[in-house]
Amino acid sequence: MSTRLADHGRLIDRTKAVEFTFNGKRLKGFQGDTLASALLANDQLLVGRSFKYHRPRGIVAAGPEEPNALVGLGLGGRFEPNQRVTTTELFDGLSARSQNHWPSLEFDIGAVNKMMSRFFPAGFYYKTFMFPRAAWKHLFEPVIRGAAGLGKAPSARDADRYEYFYAHVDVLIVGGGIAGLAAALAAGKTGAKVLLVEQTADWGGRALVDGVEIDVKPAAEWVAKTLKALNSMENVSIRTRTMGAGVYDHGYALAYERLSDHAPETTGPRHRLWRIRAARIVTATGAIERPLSFAGNDIPGVMLAGAVRDYALNYGVSVGDRTVVVTNNDDAYLTAIALARAGLNVPAIIDARSKATGELPEKARKLGIRVETGKAIGKVIGSKRVQAVTLAAQAGEGATLEEIKCDAVAMSGGWSPVVHLWSHCGGKLNWDEDQAMFRPDPARPPLGKDGSGFVIAAGTANGHLAAAPAMMDAYAAGKRAAAEAGHKAAEGGAAPVAKSESQDRIEPVWLMPQGAAYKLRAKTWLDFQNDVKVSDVQLAALEGYESVEHTKRYTTLGMASDQGKLSNINGLGILAHSLNAEIPAVGTTTFRPPYHPISFGAIAGEARGGLFKPVRQTPLHDWHQKNGAHWEPVADWRRPYCYQRDGEIVKQAVTREILNTRQNVGLLDASTLGKIIVKGPDAGRFLDMLYTNMMSNLGIGKCRYGLMCNENGFLFDDGVVARLTDDSFLCHTTSGGADRVHAWMEEWLQTEWWDWKVYTANVTEQYAQIGIVGPKARQVLEAMGVKGIDLSAEKLPFMTFAEGSIAGIQARPYRISFSGELSFEVAVAASEGRAFWDAALEAGREFGIQPYGTEALHVMRAEKGFIMIGDETDGTVIPQDLGLHWAISRKKADFLGKRAQLRSYMQDPDRKQLVGLKTEDPEVVLPDAAHAVEGPKRENGMENIIGHVTSTYYSPTLGHSIAMGLIKGGSRRMGEVLEFPVAKDRVIRATVVDPVFLDKEGIRQDV
Amino acid sequence: MSEAVSALNGAEFNGAVRISEAGLLGMITLRGDLEDAKLAAAVKAAVGLAMPAKRGVRDGKKGSVAWMSPDELLLMLPYAGADQTVARLDKSLEGVHHLAVNVSDARAVFHLEGRGLREVIAKGSPADLSSMGLPVGEVRRTRLGQVAVAFWLSDEDHLTLICFRSVGAHVFAWLKNAAAEGTLPEFLG
Repeated sequence: MSTRLADHGRLIDRTKAVEFTFNGKRLKGFQGDTLASALLANDQLLVGRSFKYHRPRGIVAAGPEEPNALVGLGLGGRFEPNQRVTTTELFDGLSARSQNHWPSLEFDIGAVNKMMSRFFPAGFYYKTFMFPRAAWKHLFEPVIRGAAGLGKAPSARDADRYEYFYAHVDVLIVGGGIAGLAAALAAGKTGAKVLLVEQTADWGGRALVDGVEIDVKPAAEWVAKTLKALNSMENVSIRTRTMGAGVYDHGYALAYERLSDHAPETTGPRHRLWRIRAARIVTATGAIERPLSFAGNDIPGVMLAGAVRDYALNYGVSVGDRTVVVTNNDDAYLTAIALARAGLNVPAIIDARSKATGELPEKARKLGIRVETGKAIGKVIGSKRVQAVTLAAQAGEGATLEEIKCDAVAMSGGWSPVVHLWSHCGGKLNWDEDQAMFRPDPARPPLGKDGSGFVIAAGTANGHLAAAPAMMDAYAAGKRAAAEAGHKAAEGGAAPVAKSESQDRIEPVWLMPQGAAYKLRAKTWLDFQNDVKVSDVQLAALEGYESVEHTKRYTTLGMASDQGKLSNINGLGILAHSLNAEIPAVGTTTFRPPYHPISFGAIAGEARGGLFKPVRQTPLHDWHQKNGAHWEPVADWRRPYCYQRDGEIVKQAVTREILNTRQNVGLLDASTLGKIIVKGPDAGRFLDMLYTNMMSNLGIGKCRYGLMCNENGFLFDDGVVARLTDDSFLCHTTSGGADRVHAWMEEWLQTEWWDWKVYTANVTEQYAQIGIVGPKARQVLEAMGVKGIDLSAEKLPFMTFAEGSIAGIQARPYRISFSGELSFEVAVAASEGRAFWDAALEAGREFGIQPYGTEALHVMRAEKGFIMIGDETDGTVIPQDLGLHWAISRKKADFLGKRAQLRSYMQDPDRKQLVGLKTEDPEVVLPDAAHAVEGPKRENGMENIIGHVTSTYYSPTLGHSIAMGLIKGGSRRMGEVLEFPVAKDRVIRATVVDPVFLDKEGIRQDV
Repeated sequence: MSEAVSALNGAEFNGAVRISEAGLLGMITLRGDLEDAKLAAAVKAAVGLAMPAKRGVRDGKKGSVAWMSPDELLLMLPYAGADQTVARLDKSLEGVHHLAVNVSDARAVFHLEGRGLREVIAKGSPADLSSMGLPVGEVRRTRLGQVAVAFWLSDEDHLTLICFRSVGAHVFAWLKNAAAEGTLPEFLG
């Protein structure tokens, strides 16, 4: 029976009862409880089932290292699976459900897995993948998937708010135990900017449980005094419920603040992810106790000795009336003493060491507790809870000397400093033989930009398990961190003096008893959550897995959501022993952030719903939205694909827009088009290098289409260049390419041609650019009222521009066309874009003006055989492939891509080349990217592919389908019929034709 | 000209801080050699202000000038005067390699007002928003959430933020969310 004690419980408020439910059962706890302590107070020992064998599992720990007790918390929009009961603060109305069982926690069918355990050995997954192949798909996978898995994914949208916060400090201190507090005090006194974070709701850590004295007073008094001092320092911020989650390059750290997990439904964010830049990071993260490896160590009621002590003293909860303590060190005696003093029975302390004569063992003996040295637990008896343990000789194989009745076991295999944050960014560890643990090697810290270490481990986390040296170390660490951040300490200010009971040497025990027989080893758990046993690691070693990283993956040791906080070192001990190697020679697996799982909400921050991704809007966005726009993403922009009228489907709208533009006049929002000003004495020379054709000889007031290639010759952007003045040009780019092209220009100017006198500016968003397109375009503009511009074909011919006023708005119409029609693209100030658009619609009404979207634009350009970057190009296409030889200068000595295009591979006449494709059935439209095949199949049984479709539409103008494709040797295939197998029994046949389907002479646009 | 409308047409929000879109503002990007005396004279003539220090912003009666990069300034003045000022700059800098271009319509400008504004911005910008990290009168070109922005404080309670016009609606929504009541961490004091 676990139950609430009549006294003790420094963290709970017995006057404030709190109600909660576990699997629907109504239970009571107190304010200050964790869900773990409240469950134990209600004798809820069994809290879940293990991942693989569905073994009954109880609470093992009292902190974030807990491997077993994961529950589904909350309901609906606040449901979250896999929450640790040990890190969950109790609140009124909390609802928790256990996981990994079916149909119920008490009776679980999946537990048969455990009888099958000899068929699920280490590496089971890998072995099953290999043989027999079919068994995986049809037999194992469905069974495993059905039975395994942790909690269920939430089905409702998260109801809470999350956010980031960026902070810059001199010193970040992680951990609010006495070491962290001392480090903060020392650093704070120097005037350095200090942020101290503590993962729990309370300050002081283990010292308050373990009876530490500071400056000859109980630690609690010093903690209170220190908090007061820190709070009074303006340069120091302290935050509870904030966990240091990860340490990254350049002093970057993540901290995870849980603001309302303990008080849901309060306003404000639930979690805040702190993104911290710190000159120095002090990790005062304490230590985690290791379990001992004996048979049945996973049975509910077997718990870490420190946790048993925590539950008794912090929460006034006893795990059992009779608790056997099993240990290889003196620290666990604290638990026995605490329990005895609380009036509970400790039938025996089983100590694997041959003698125990230190201060604590003697104290225990004086309290009348039986101490058995040189002994081990042979096995634990019980299934859903502990009933007894067998006493055996540690030196033997596990023969029972005696059976000791008990209902709880408190185990301690020693303590491991929490080195995670030290190690995240490359801090190295040493094996400390005396204390049987890995500790940070101060000579090999993670290095910052200046080559010096930026993380300082402090206190217990630095390997000082006793309070006195830990305090001295932490105070010095705080001082040093501040000094290294540029804040020297004033004279004086000695470290507080801490005192704890002395402890004798630990004796490492990786297996209990040391010669345990196979039958026992197969019931001796290392990783409780992932069901990895001592026998599994030994099997891995036997099968040749010598690297700890391989063994980890083969056995899944330490791969569960607790990331092996309890299991890794013990697994390492077993592996080293099996390989007959020293522990440091085997090494640890890599520590990766986060230290403890953090919520996806915190990682996403505010980026959800409407803020998930910025959407770029043109000045006409609202008009489009109100007028039936069917949106299409174009890079980060949203553009209308078409404007749907009442009762119209998308296809009908597109057809209407095309025909109206070809017959009357259309209106296009082309504002997204990139616009970059290039100015300076060397601007012409610069553009001659960027474009494949000549730009320096372009006349003022004229436009020229140009192609841009990268150094490898591949086409990556195109657009019309306008010469504004003698020394300035405006380069139009593709909608998605503006930023890339601008960066490309700046890169060349800043790195290669830094002595050329050229400045650029991206003015894409300065202008609303509105296309008035179609045979009646000129009439519309004239009706809008034109001043200072002669729109006639003679005065403003094709590929020129002018400036003046249209509809009373300063405007620059370009006579450029992407549709093949008479077209004016008019640039006006973005702020006046809407006014211009409205004026065009008004004036154009009598000419039948209709706005058209990007799909009509695409179809019309394809009818004209105009290429589209991203459709006809894919990063492997050179302009020559697209038949654009006319836009490649032969006169220029050089341009970006020229040299590459001269390579033999680029000159190969069999390269894929752009062709038009006309389907035999004019109503059939080729699917996008359909492959053309030819000849017999290849050796590997696949079709011999000779090319693919790049653009394909139904042309309402022409009344048949049109397509373009890149086909091997395409320019020599005119008239050939190609086959496009599009389904198992369906082949579309299409004839290779000229890609210009409409008005090859270009008469329509040049009027 | 009378029909010109800014990105959000002066939208406002009151939360932990007050946020308002500034409406139309004349803005000119001026690139050139910032150490050239002729350039400094042209700036003085345009906005009545001396060359700002590195990362500095200067405010005056005729307008403002902000240092944007080692070869770029942002001049701010009334919207209606931007084109004329560009023309005047070009004239006075004839023969001096430079680029002056009107970018008034390419941007959205926001004013933030209130004690918590540093913390609102620190939810989305990796720049140091502490009073040491960002003194009054210094500009930061950085990001806010996922988009590029520039901002500066004219005093402890007033911040101006500039972003591209196309993401003006996004930035306004972002700021409103970040400035929701009861969400400031109270770290920057």
